[in-house]
Order: sequence, then C-alpha cells, then structure tokens
Amino acid sequence: MSEHIVPVKIYFAIFLALLAGTALTVIAAFVDFPWRLNTIVALTIASIKATLVVLYFMHVRYSPRLVWVIVASALFWMGILFAFTFSDYFTRNWFSSGY
Amino acid sequence: MIESHATTQDIHGHPALQHHFENMEQQREAGTIGMWVFLVTEIMFFGGMFLAYALYRNFFPAAFASASNHLDITLGAVNTGVLIVSSFTMALAVYFTQVGNRRPQILCLVLTLILGLTFLGIKAVEYHEKYTDRLIPGHLIPGASFGPEAHALHLLPGATLPQVEMFYWIYFAMTGMHALHMIIGAGLLTFLIVYSIKGRFDPEYHSPVEIIGLYWHFVDIVWIFLFPLLYLLGRHFEHG
Repeated sequence: MSEHIVPVKIYFAIFLALLAGTALTVIAAFVDFPWRLNTIVALTIASIKATLVVLYFMHVRYSPRLVWVIVASALFWMGILFAFTFSDYFTRNWFSSGY
Repeated sequence: MIESHATTQDIHGHPALQHHFENMEQQREAGTIGMWVFLVTEIMFFGGMFLAYALYRNFFPAAFASASNHLDITLGAVNTGVLIVSSFTMALAVYFTQVGNRRPQILCLVLTLILGLTFLGIKAVEYHEKYTDRLIPGHLIPGASFGPEAHALHLLPGATLPQVEMFYWIYFAMTGMHALHMIIGAGLLTFLIVYSIKGRFDPEYHSPVEIIGLYWHFVDIVWIFLFPLLYLLGRHFEHG
C-alpha cells in the first residue's frame, strides 16, 4: 500500500495548536478592537484551525490531487454563494430614492 | 456467486475487496473521494446557514451582540475543547487502524464516542437553560413561547426583541443541525466499535474508519466556526 501514515507526533502537534487557537480566540473576543477587527480576528483564527484539521487530521496534505480539487471546489462555490448574495444585499441602498 | 467471490479472493487476496475494483488501494481512494464529494454538499448545506447568519448579523448588529452575550461562554469553550480532543482521538483511531494495532484502535473509538456524547450532554444543558429563560424562538414549545425573562437579556442600545428572536432562530437552526450531525456521528462510531471488536479492519482494509473519521472532523470544523460566531461576537462590548 502506498498509503501515507501520518505520525502520532504530528497529530499531537496539531491537537495542541487547535487547543491554543481556541484559548486565543476566547481571549481575543474580550479585547475591544477598533472597527470590525474582532470579527476578522475570530474568523482568521477559525480558518487557521479549520485548515489544520483539513490538511492533517483529514489527510488532505497527503491525498491525491483529485481530493484537492474537490476541496477547492467547495470553497469556490461557497465564494459564489457569499459574493453574489452580498453584492445584492449590500448594494440595495445605493439608490436612496428606492426602486 | 460463492465460487466467483472465492476466485476474486484468490487473485487479489483480500476478502473486503469488491469485484468492481482492481485492488485495495483503488477501492480505498474511491471511498475517500466519494466521502469528500459528500462533504462538499455538507459544506454547501451549512454554508447556506452561515450566509443567513452573516446577513442578519449585518442587519441587527446590536441585537445579535445582546443575544450572544447571554450564551454561556464557559460551556461553549469547554464543548469546543471536548470536540477538539474527540477529533484527536478519532485521528489516532485511524492511525492505529492503519498500523494494525487493534486494542488502542478500539480504545480511541470508544473515547471519541464518549467525548461526542459529552458534547451532546453539555449542549442539552445549554438548551434547557434557554428553555427556562424562555429564549426558544416562536411558539415551538407549547406554553413557553418566546419572551425572555428580565434577567436573561441585557439589550444593547438599538436592539429590539424580534431581532433577538431572529438570532435565536439562527442559533437553534445551526447548533441543532450540528447536534443532529453529532448524533449521526455517534451512531456511526458505534458501528465502527462493533466492527472493530469483530476484527473487520486491518492495515489493508480500513476505509470505514478513515471515511467516518473525515465526517467526524468535518463536524468538528463546523463547530470551530460556530463557537466564535455565536458565543463570542458581542463580548468586547461588555468591556469596551
């Protein structure tokens, strides 16, 4: 079998990073950042944690290219879902007289 | 039928190999890819709810912060930790299956199941708290329609009750769907434990462990996003 077996050491390192990320996101939530930085910080930490899970716990880093394409397609379609919906809702009051 | 099955075994050597696959590796890869395609549909499914959350939070920022501040941050954080540990034990279960070490494999699967049930138990405590504070939206519960107890909600300036109720619709839809996935995951883990005890998995054949592991990690990822978005979004107003 050409299957890649991820060593326990890596699993443990990812596990610790995920716990640290959780602690960090809780601490950051109590700091009053300017503008919308609280949300941006929270989403950045969550995205890093999710990426670690996908790459190592879910073995994508060691998976065939086809798996990479499938994961990327999910992100791509999510991008369309969000971008097109936002481009509607957040431009509705550009014309103050209504429509 | 029995004869042809035996012939397949003779050629390829593993009883778990299905006749339409060339070898165990092709079978395993096909399974993994199939699971990922399913997970893409799951990502889109939860994505719709995250989109609804993003829009309504943008419409009612004060109400979302007020409602979020009522959620129990300790229970939420502990549950995040519980899920992360369970993902770790799940990853280890896959590892021990790959190297063919059955005793720790079963132990890790049992631990994962226990942690998953712990998560659901803590979630149930939280839901009950929402029930006693009458924060369940609409008229879902007979005799306890939405009407927050005075102590249960501190409205920030600009927030209204119907907007808070909207937060709780989204909260229950998202955490409820997540919990349903956890319940299904617990069922799948039970299946894995039974078949592991029967000795069905080995270094050559362990797709079910791997695939259910993928599902379990996915459910963990959903919670990794739900926790900050639902529990933490309004905290900085309390101290600001």
